[in-house]
Amino acid sequence: MVPETYYIALSAILFTIGALGVLIRRNALIIFMSVELMLNAANLAFVAFANTYGQLSGQIIVFFVIAVAAAEVAVGLALIVAIFKTKKSIDVDQMSSLKG
Amino acid sequence: MSIDLMLFLVLALVAVAAAIGMLISQNAVYSALFLVINFATVAVFYLLLGAPFIAMAQITVYAGAIMVLFLFVIMLLGAEKLAPGKVLPYQRPMAISLAVVLVVEAVYLILGRNPSVATIIPPTEATNTIDAIRELGMTLFTKYLLPFEVTSILLLVAMIGAIVLTKREKGEQK
Repeated sequence: MVPETYYIALSAILFTIGALGVLIRRNALIIFMSVELMLNAANLAFVAFANTYGQLSGQIIVFFVIAVAAAEVAVGLALIVAIFKTKKSIDVDQMSSLKG
Repeated sequence: MSIDLMLFLVLALVAVAAAIGMLISQNAVYSALFLVINFATVAVFYLLLGAPFIAMAQITVYAGAIMVLFLFVIMLLGAEKLAPGKVLPYQRPMAISLAVVLVVEAVYLILGRNPSVATIIPPTEATNTIDAIRELGMTLFTKYLLPFEVTSILLLVAMIGAIVLTKREKGEQK
């Protein structure tokens, strides 16, 4: 028997790794991947709770989170491509000015 | 040690190692591939938690569609590696130490102080039948019908947004 808290702790660890990735990496694509990792950690906690409490709602929320993540990635990557066209770089430190 | 706990510990190790691999890889392609491993591991966790539909959605949407999109953009831009640049000297150690503090505190609060005694119910034979997925679909299309429809609008907006953002405007130089 695996205690529910182990899954929640694992979710917290994965979330922290994702947050750390957003903080220390300068590559915009890797920052995006870290955001995906954080969403994934939250999903894991949702499914663990859905299991312990016998509620299907937890799984359905995960379904919606996956859809929102797909939408976020589509727009985010389009933004990165647009920025790359003008700046020729995806280093987030370069994106320090508003227009252009 | 039960087989469930052993599976959990091994998979947790793989998941955390893949996440750290993503974090420290200098090449963005390697990061993306490490993230695919992490997503696949989490899909196996969903199977252990008795959510086979979510596990398959995770594989097709996350590890499939989203990561292929990532790899495609990385290779399209040719931006696997960044040129070394000027960074704030204290930023990285400070971020790492704060993250360590956060994770220690979170794990202490979750596991150490008045932990929940609930245990995971291992998947039974009924979890992997079509009835379980039918029940999930019934909930999705009755109780959560409005959010489901809103999701379709969200995806449409995202699609239009992606087209508008990457479209070359009239009169713009190549």
